[in-house]
Amino acid sequence: MPSWNINDQKIPQGRLALFSYLSATFVVLLLIGFWHLQVMQSEHFSDLAEKNGIRSIAIIAPRGAMLDREGRVLVDSYPSFSILLLRDNPKLLERSLPQIEDGLGIAKEDLDAQLDAAKLEPKFLPVIIKPAATESDIAFVESHRADLPVLDLMMVQRRRYPRDEMLANTIGYVGEISPQELEKNPDRYKPGDIIGKAGLEKQYNDQIVGTDGMRRVVVNSVGKVMRTLDNVEAIPGRPIQLTIDEDLQQIAENDFANKSGALIAMDAHTGEVLAMVSRPTFNPNDFAVRIPGKQWAALNSDPRTPLLNRAIQAQLAPGSVFKVVMATAMLESKALPANYTVYCPGYATFYGRLFHCDHAHGSVDLHKGIVASCDVYFYNVGKVLGIDRIDQYAFGLGLGRRTGIDLPSEEPGLVPTEDWVERVDHHKWYPGSTISVAIGQGAVMVTPIQLARMIAAVASGGTLIPPHLLKDATGLKSGSFPLSDDTVQQVTDGMWGVVNEPDGTTSGLVKLQNIDFSGKTGTAQTESFELQNKLGKKLKENGWFVGYAPRRNPEIVVAALVQEGGWGSTSAAPIVRDVVKMYYDKKNGHLPPPASTADNLPPAAVHPVDMTAGAQQQ
Amino acid sequence: MKDRPRVHDFDWSLLAIAGTISAIGVIEIYSSTHASAMAGMQWKQLMWIGIGLAGMFLISRIDYHTLLDQAPALYLIGIAGLLVVLLLGFSRLGAKRWISLGGIMNLQVSEIMKLIIIIVLARFFAEVRTDRLTLVDLLKIGVLTIIPVGLILKQPDLGTAMVLVPVAVVGALCAGIQWKHAAVGLVLVALLVPLGWNMRRHLKPYQQQRIQTFLHPEEDQRGAGYQILQSEIAVGSGGFWGKGFGKGSQNQLGFVPVRYSDFILAALAEEQGFIGVCVVLLLYLGLILRLVDNAQKAKDRAGMYVVMGVTAILGFHVLVNSAMVIGYMPVTGIPLPLMSYGGSATAFVFLALGLVMNVRMRRFVN
Repeated sequence: MPSWNINDQKIPQGRLALFSYLSATFVVLLLIGFWHLQVMQSEHFSDLAEKNGIRSIAIIAPRGAMLDREGRVLVDSYPSFSILLLRDNPKLLERSLPQIEDGLGIAKEDLDAQLDAAKLEPKFLPVIIKPAATESDIAFVESHRADLPVLDLMMVQRRRYPRDEMLANTIGYVGEISPQELEKNPDRYKPGDIIGKAGLEKQYNDQIVGTDGMRRVVVNSVGKVMRTLDNVEAIPGRPIQLTIDEDLQQIAENDFANKSGALIAMDAHTGEVLAMVSRPTFNPNDFAVRIPGKQWAALNSDPRTPLLNRAIQAQLAPGSVFKVVMATAMLESKALPANYTVYCPGYATFYGRLFHCDHAHGSVDLHKGIVASCDVYFYNVGKVLGIDRIDQYAFGLGLGRRTGIDLPSEEPGLVPTEDWVERVDHHKWYPGSTISVAIGQGAVMVTPIQLARMIAAVASGGTLIPPHLLKDATGLKSGSFPLSDDTVQQVTDGMWGVVNEPDGTTSGLVKLQNIDFSGKTGTAQTESFELQNKLGKKLKENGWFVGYAPRRNPEIVVAALVQEGGWGSTSAAPIVRDVVKMYYDKKNGHLPPPASTADNLPPAAVHPVDMTAGAQQQ
Repeated sequence: MKDRPRVHDFDWSLLAIAGTISAIGVIEIYSSTHASAMAGMQWKQLMWIGIGLAGMFLISRIDYHTLLDQAPALYLIGIAGLLVVLLLGFSRLGAKRWISLGGIMNLQVSEIMKLIIIIVLARFFAEVRTDRLTLVDLLKIGVLTIIPVGLILKQPDLGTAMVLVPVAVVGALCAGIQWKHAAVGLVLVALLVPLGWNMRRHLKPYQQQRIQTFLHPEEDQRGAGYQILQSEIAVGSGGFWGKGFGKGSQNQLGFVPVRYSDFILAALAEEQGFIGVCVVLLLYLGLILRLVDNAQKAKDRAGMYVVMGVTAILGFHVLVNSAMVIGYMPVTGIPLPLMSYGGSATAFVFLALGLVMNVRMRRFVN
């Protein structure tokens, strides 16, 4: 028997018993550990488990469409996918980036910049790295669910502007909500929401924005969707109908082509805006997908200001169109007799300074003054009226103040007063300035929409219509600046002569058959030396024409501005004529009726794309 | 006194406890994997349990005295095996096939080494025949243990290497370690931990990572720290009563790492709750107490050391694995005996139980 096998030792029962007690103690300690997690912190961990497996996916509600007055779609929405990058796992993210850059064709710098920009946001908020995913992008994400769990797809609703640049400055554009906007409305919006940033998109955002829905799904550890828990459908935004007439809009847009300027056509009774053009313009579709920083900077800093809606934001000298205000003021104030006559040798001297006229008009009365647009006649009228009285009528007829159109950022223009000059330029009003203002030059600045409303007001006896773009606008109030019938008759006769009399400034070029087309031309010097310096060249004059029909109590009024167009009669007047002609052609049934009608508004469709189905196809 | 050991003398209650734990394990493996690509795993586990049971009967037939007689030879064979695995692992000759074959072998050799160290140390302690181990004895034990530990560490397999140490420690305690030696040992360990911490640069990257994530689990969300966190979430969210069989979201959605193996207790804790954990841990306690009882009733000290060696390894597995699941220990890759899915690990446990049966069957034999 080997030495180790001599059984001379007792089993150490005590030590073994000690081991039993020790084991029992360890088990008790372990159970305390489990108790700590499972009973004392159970809620905390249940919460974490739920967050682990349950993901909330927003179902983006489409924004409401915008339709023209006949129900034609000007703006709508369509569903598409964005690619999200989940950031809650930095190490995994870091590892995955090169593959993502390759697979989705995103430059490393761009991706880094996007991640940098989101650095301060909470980590559980994903970053949208590709707002408009292509089919191959989606396939890439779906096929890499297992090895690139940091990628995810989100169904979004994208704005679509089927007519591209048409009406762009009026419609405006959408964009991701800014931190400032979010702060103002924390309950209504969440980061990444798309809201209207300019134009009608901004003005009627609350009407057309829908209510996003939410789907909660169960995902496994690699992000694959296993099943849907619940589903709160999105409520699509309501469509809005505009007063715009696409046919009028289209012809005006065509006429402008590459010209710079603006046009506004309104129903002269109601203030409904029938067409609104601003050039140069932009394509709002560029904003529908997140606009690249460079492109935005270019649009924003372009000296040609394509984002400006010139119809309501260009503040320019009205030129001779202002003579309508002068004529009205002269007749209404009775500062001069109605048959007041002036001899025009082609120039005149006031306060020791020479003021020019186009040419020598000879003997000029009020009618000829308007028809032939004689500056010397209105220099004299202005001198007699004085700046205070001119201001009173200009302001009364709606110049130098906002019209209140339902668009953001309308500019007020300016009617210079003695007070204003003292406050801004720190000197007394020069009497010579009044002479310039009398022909719509100098410090007086108006917007195209103001001129259109002013002319409509004069032709209709002093009703200041409320311009608006929403068809069902409520609470509209007309302004009133009553004019005597005599005044209206004389001034409108003059404006009829501008278009229809042989010595009218339009030289009969824009006459319309069977239509009592009237209007006033303007050719204004562009006094912005600043702009001239910026562009490094001297600008041509701005051409104006404000036309309307019929000659009294007009139905339609159209103001057109062609910047650097030279004479208003040749640049702006033909555009106005085309729009007015189209208006009457339609009215008289010379055009086929449009296909869709206003009574049958198509609701914007929600297409919640079933991500679950996509995930299960792998 | 009988003249022959009989299967009749098996520790049937020990086997019943082991069987119950294995059954719970198989059921939980089914729950964890039935809805995944790994469905059907429970059958493989059942097969391994069957093989393990057969091995258990076989090993119980060979008198443990015979086994202890062969201890030096077994030790040398085990060391040689570990060396072969290491050399194959390092050799460039065999390319991948050899390395993968080496992988399987090293797993198996390590498991076999656990059985060998039990036998070798039992033989050593029996041979010392004292109730007061001298310093020289302790050094010898240390050398005997450290050689396979070092070789397994080289593989590298920290978990399995660590498992060998309790066999020596428990054996020394049973053999009668002197209080001053125990105290010095404790102090040395206390000093070695910070020293080891400073030497961590010499650890394998994955080991550094594991230690790092154990200390700062929040920093690495998809690595080992992520695993611990997900495990804790599973355990904690299970609550007192559990979410029900097959209804644990952490388990079913795959958030619990290797939920069918190293983290099977987390899967069970989620679905069966604190109650389920109590049942399982008490079963393990029953298993340990039953093993100690067998040690107490052993015919001789040699038998006692064999049984306590098995007890030490199983107890250590249960303690470290359970503590890991609730985040009290780093992730070391130590499975839960009998429950975790795994062929060689399961087979080892049954073979070890076979050694215990071996001792028990012969307690009345002369």
